[in-house]
Amino acid sequence: MSRFAALGRVARCQLRDVARSRWVIAYALFFAAITDALIRFGGGGERAMLSLVDIVLFVVPLVTLVFGTTYLYNAREFVELILAQPVRRGAVFGGLYLGLAVPLSLGFAAGVGLPFLFHGATDAYAQLGALVGVGVLLTLVFSAVALLIAIRADDRLRGVALAIGAWLLMAVVYDGLVLLAVSLFADYPLERPLLAAMLANPVDLARVALLLRFDTAALLGYTGAVLRQVLGGPAGMLLALGALVLWAVAPLALAARAFARRDF
Amino acid sequence: MIEMRGVSKSFGRVRVLDALDLSLRPGRITAVVGPNAAGKTTLIRILLGLVHADAGEITLDGAPLAADGSSRGRIGYMPQIARFPENLTARELLELVTSLRENPPVVDRSLLDAFGLEPELAQPLRTLSGGTRQKVNAALALLFAPDVLVLDEPTAGLDPVSSGILKDRILEERARGRTVLITSHIMSELEELADDVAFLVDGRIRFAGPVAELKARTRQANLERAIAHLMIREAA
Amino acid sequence: MPLLASIVLLAQLPTGTVVVSPDGPVRTLARALELAPEGGRVVVRPGVYREATVRVTRPVEIAGDSGAVLDGEDHRQLMTITADDVTIRGLAFRRVGASFNEDRAAVKVVGARRCRIEDNEVEDGFFGIYLARTTGCRVVNNRLRARGRTEVTSGNGIHLWSSDSALIEGNTISGFRDGIYFEFVRGSVIRGNASGGNIRYGLHFMYSDGCHYRANVFRGNGSGVAVMYSRDVEMTGNRFEDNRGSAAYGLLLKEMADSRLVGNTFIRSTTGLVAEGADRLEARDNDFIDDGWAVRLTASSGGARFTGNNFIGNTFDVTTNSRQAFSTFEGNYWASYRGYDLDRDGYGDVPHRPVRLFSLIVEHNEPSLVLLRSLFVRVLDAAERVVPALTPEGLADARPAMRPLARQTPVAAR
Repeated sequence: MSRFAALGRVARCQLRDVARSRWVIAYALFFAAITDALIRFGGGGERAMLSLVDIVLFVVPLVTLVFGTTYLYNAREFVELILAQPVRRGAVFGGLYLGLAVPLSLGFAAGVGLPFLFHGATDAYAQLGALVGVGVLLTLVFSAVALLIAIRADDRLRGVALAIGAWLLMAVVYDGLVLLAVSLFADYPLERPLLAAMLANPVDLARVALLLRFDTAALLGYTGAVLRQVLGGPAGMLLALGALVLWAVAPLALAARAFARRDF
Repeated sequence: MIEMRGVSKSFGRVRVLDALDLSLRPGRITAVVGPNAAGKTTLIRILLGLVHADAGEITLDGAPLAADGSSRGRIGYMPQIARFPENLTARELLELVTSLRENPPVVDRSLLDAFGLEPELAQPLRTLSGGTRQKVNAALALLFAPDVLVLDEPTAGLDPVSSGILKDRILEERARGRTVLITSHIMSELEELADDVAFLVDGRIRFAGPVAELKARTRQANLERAIAHLMIREAA
Repeated sequence: MPLLASIVLLAQLPTGTVVVSPDGPVRTLARALELAPEGGRVVVRPGVYREATVRVTRPVEIAGDSGAVLDGEDHRQLMTITADDVTIRGLAFRRVGASFNEDRAAVKVVGARRCRIEDNEVEDGFFGIYLARTTGCRVVNNRLRARGRTEVTSGNGIHLWSSDSALIEGNTISGFRDGIYFEFVRGSVIRGNASGGNIRYGLHFMYSDGCHYRANVFRGNGSGVAVMYSRDVEMTGNRFEDNRGSAAYGLLLKEMADSRLVGNTFIRSTTGLVAEGADRLEARDNDFIDDGWAVRLTASSGGARFTGNNFIGNTFDVTTNSRQAFSTFEGNYWASYRGYDLDRDGYGDVPHRPVRLFSLIVEHNEPSLVLLRSLFVRVLDAAERVVPALTPEGLADARPAMRPLARQTPVAAR
């Protein structure tokens, strides 16, 4: 049995399981409702898109982390059953990851994308594409982080607490520390270090990469200009995407290693 | 034939298996017995590759267990508690494990039929009773005519009729020359089934050999008393 | 024979009119001006005329047919007017050419009264239309274009120095250093012009008291519009659009006293309005839309009043460099207002504080802008809104409007 065939089987089975769990449907419906409302009452223009960006950056990491952690605890029986079968652990891990990340990504992309297609209401398909793309990447990143947490932490409660902690760290605390650093080193040229700091946190990276797709960023003076120069063009978008992909791959590799070494 | 040599495992500071040696011979049923937390489950899980041994070697017919897990294709495992993905139906579960094997695997549905499980297969596993789940669990272990059977408390939760069906089946497997490892708290059951006994305390084998030898050595008439004798001596 | 021919020609046309044409008896404007009587008329037929700087020293009207072009071949001023009551109409001025030692223009008027420069076209100007020490001149419906690249190598489109009672109306100006330049001008009106894509300012306005400018469009100029060192200036119904860049703004008011800013639109600019030392500024019924910073007030701007303005879709509505509030805000609409209107009078019941804590942080340390729209900054702003600790306490709109304030024409349509 080739490892990819086994991976596919595990993924398909988990996919079916996750899709049936109604959580993902609720997740998709949540985004669909928000997006629909923003199109209806916000006109689907740049301001509505920006509101959507805020919501995506808030919800996707949080939900993916919490859902992803509990997903693995819920799948524990399944994992033990599968691991007793003649398959490689790597294939099981890959299948688990896809079984989590694919339905979440699809739910998110459909939830955000379908209302736009339905209303036919945007002059900003490039921005919508960037939003969906970055949202999917964030899903891939935080699915990996969630698996890493759930594999390393035996206890479900501890795992969920760690997941929420990780979210707080990346979505809130990190930026607070950055701001603190900015005020401490106010006398130094900070554009480049700050850019590095943004690249080092997937939530910030996603936020900056998305903001640069919007007119707003063009209106932010010197800092906006520096950001645009580095991350604004096609090369910059590639850099941002590359960094996000790296952000997905690194925890995924760590999680795969932890999964391979773990005792069940 | 399964050989375990010097298998050790610690969880944190607790040494669960300590340089354990054990042979499981084909055509014989080996009962692994011992007090709670003696390391029985860990032993089984190491055999299946679910737990990584810290040291030691396990061979299946002279060859080390394959790193890619393919050896597990020859092992039928019935875990103590049947824990299944809740949203799957029994049929999907069977299809899934079938699909994870070399194509096309030898599928032996006779135990499914013997249990009369067919009508239950369309149900999601979470809606099945504990007994029915245990039947699915047993059928799963025997589904691919494995060379090695690992049965962890196989009759727990089964009604007497099903329990009888399963035990008959285990004896049939022995007759076919399979290697069988079994654990159970029900000594009468082991008395009925086991050819060999491995007595495990604190991660070490204290006795390994034919049941008759154990009885002779402890001068007890039945297995239960023989084991009890060992345990008391161990505690002293 | 040429003399006879001109006499014949003169006989055929109304009295006092001289015709210039490339193949006629009068082939240069200079010659035509010699022939034309005081108060007479010179008609320029289509063709390209290349001749020394045309000097208009007597009251006369010069009217170009469509296609009548005066070409400076990139090295001379095209026309100098020193007489009163001169009218220049329908001419195309080409290729003035940059100069570092003179303010070379397409048309320069010096020390004259009541000139009229109308319906002309300036292409590749250095300076376009240049008025020095004039009174009562009209510069109307001209189209001026230049292709300057740097501030040093380009001049201004319509340049007024030490003049009064001028009317600058309906002109289109692009590509100059400053689109319209006013220095020491009194009692003049700038109306309905479109000044965009100039290297520095769309309008550069200094030491010019008592002027009006209204209904102009200033779009995409390097820095925006600068109105400085003047008093009693009225600015109404103008649009300041798309001024982007690290230091760009729609309108800079610097050291201004008693000015009125009414019904203007500031849209899609890095900064909409900068007020540095603008005393007793009255800002009423303006729209600030989709700007990075809508209004930037320095502490030196005392007694400014903002009423009935719309603030919609700006990253920052109001920033200031001081904790003291020297300006008042009342009855404006703030899209970011989160209050309620229980008494249903159309105005929110809790005051709105338009200065965000984050904007103060950015004011002190601009790079922190990278944290814009981050959750942490939101939390910070929300906390500050509840318990103002650092933002100016007095800077609040006690009567924030619940809905965008209607204009005579809808915001979107303008």
